[in-house]
Amino acid sequence: MIVAEQKKLEEIVGQIQDFNKILLVGCNECVTVCEAGGKKEVGILASALRMYFLNHGKEMTIDEVTLERQCDHEYLEEIRDMQDKYDAVLSLACGVGVQFMAEKYHDKPVYPGVNTCFLGATEERGLWTERCQACGSCILAYTGGICPVSRCAKRLMNGPCGGSTNGKCEISKETDCAWQLIVNRLKALGRMDDYEKLMPLKDWSTDRAGGPRKVVKEDVQL
Amino acid sequence: MSVKTPSKLEKIMAAGHFGVTSECGPPRGCNPEVIPHKAGFIKDYVDAINVTDNQTAMTRMCSLAACIKLKLMGVEPVLQMVCRDRNRIALQSDILGAAAFGINNMLCLSGDHQSFGDCRQGQNVYDIDSMQLLQTVRLMRDEGKFLGGGDLDGRPRMFVGAAENPFADPFEIRVPRLAKKIAAGAEFIQTQCIYNLDKFELWVKQARERGLTEKVYIMAGVTPMKSVGMAKYMKNRVPGMDVPDELIKRMSGVAKEKQAGEGVKICIETIQRLKEVPGVKGFHIMAIEWEEKVPEIVKGAGLYPRPVVD
Amino acid sequence: MRLNYPANLKIIRVPCTGKVDVIHLLKAIERGADGACVIGCMEGECLYNRGNFRARKRVMQARKVLRSVGIEEERLQMYNLSSSEGPKFALYANDMTEKIKALGPNPLKAAKAKLKAA
Repeated sequence: MIVAEQKKLEEIVGQIQDFNKILLVGCNECVTVCEAGGKKEVGILASALRMYFLNHGKEMTIDEVTLERQCDHEYLEEIRDMQDKYDAVLSLACGVGVQFMAEKYHDKPVYPGVNTCFLGATEERGLWTERCQACGSCILAYTGGICPVSRCAKRLMNGPCGGSTNGKCEISKETDCAWQLIVNRLKALGRMDDYEKLMPLKDWSTDRAGGPRKVVKEDVQL
Repeated sequence: MSVKTPSKLEKIMAAGHFGVTSECGPPRGCNPEVIPHKAGFIKDYVDAINVTDNQTAMTRMCSLAACIKLKLMGVEPVLQMVCRDRNRIALQSDILGAAAFGINNMLCLSGDHQSFGDCRQGQNVYDIDSMQLLQTVRLMRDEGKFLGGGDLDGRPRMFVGAAENPFADPFEIRVPRLAKKIAAGAEFIQTQCIYNLDKFELWVKQARERGLTEKVYIMAGVTPMKSVGMAKYMKNRVPGMDVPDELIKRMSGVAKEKQAGEGVKICIETIQRLKEVPGVKGFHIMAIEWEEKVPEIVKGAGLYPRPVVD
Repeated sequence: MRLNYPANLKIIRVPCTGKVDVIHLLKAIERGADGACVIGCMEGECLYNRGNFRARKRVMQARKVLRSVGIEEERLQMYNLSSSEGPKFALYANDMTEKIKALGPNPLKAAKAKLKAA
């Protein structure tokens, strides 16, 4: 899923303080699971903002709504009539939701309430870690199911580098060395011979490097 | 191993002599005197001088420019190139630029992560990694091709090297990794600073058993310690460095003002012991900001005078 | 036990303090309460194992929110006692009242009145 983290209150306040009526919109998908922008977080943030502005002597309406998804037309349409009554929208969806909202309601200011961080997994309650960078051409088949693009600080295709120490990355003792993990996995799979195969230069044209990407599946298009 | 390039370093090792290299870090500024000054101490005691490429991710004068400086003063440079700061276009382009100035040695590295340096907030590139950079140089040199498939007008005649850290983890892949670098095109290897000699010798032995020492010139890396403080720093703070406790004990056993001398002595003893290890073909003396000590070490280790090749 | 405790305390019963959420605590302050405290079972004695630990975390989370909006975080408190400790309950109730009295009224009440007057 997409993992996000709520912005600091001061930053959010700075974005919306010149308005009087704000619609705070949550999303029921990824940001709910990572506890950054679901219904619960919408409630807490709305209450905090109302208290903040009241305490600073400003009359501010903050209303709440949480949509099934903000990255789909049909759910975003649900607030078409509603959004008219507000000066601006504060979205707690990921960057995708914020942009889709901005595209749909072209003359409505839309502000992000979260920082979209990465594609990751819930390791445990309250701990999310990165697993994928959406490079567009998956190489997990060759690396024992562990991704060096997202998990090696240097995204080395033929790692590890000389900085790997006790299974940890040179950038921090808290960070696992992806290539140590890969070697461990290849060993467990009895595939250490694969380690010596040189990984060719990666085609980054399917990555961000190739410009904005698009997936088209014609057979389902109406 | 037959000679493939005009590199003096390659010729010396191919003739069966120990190769000796050292390194100079370019200045944190554009002062043109720094590199000639540092090189002045060592040029007659080594076969070639490595020029580091923004080491520890601290922004410095570019390695290529500093190499050209060396070349112009008649010293043979080893151009270090890291994959951190340049994509495949820039890397190929710099290789061509270097070759145009008669630079014939290159060392391919991943580079320290930018979080160590003065631009923590910067992007890193890592379009390709050090093994792929080795492949790239070899493709350009041996096939006369660009990565994009086009033909080169003139091939860069580079003696191509890589770094290896025999002490990094996991240890069981250190030799397979060396094999992989050789397969990618490495012709010489400069190792990380060696303090744990037993572990290093084990690594060379395993490499020898796989026949790898016949395919690549291994140059053992050594760095003299200036003080016990430096030894401790290396042990605890530098990733992938293996400094045995006995060494720290030995350094702390001598008076502070004599520690530098002891460090040089240890360095010389290290070289002397490693000269006896079959498969070791040279030494890379990294006297970090202490270039003036290189002559003493080279002489002390019996590596002076340097052989002359045509 | 006919113990006295301050009459200004409104008691809301919940099946377990683990049921109390951050938003409940924030809403209490937002709507004008001068303070709110959660009184849970002794730590380690929760019938549901971790209910009172969750409650403590949530009180801390709500306090962080109050701090960020400029309201004294001490208006939210967490206490623990076992069900047989009537005197301790009275003690906590008094302690809470003292704390709040020292802080004065919820600043949001005055702010609201000022906005209305303007």
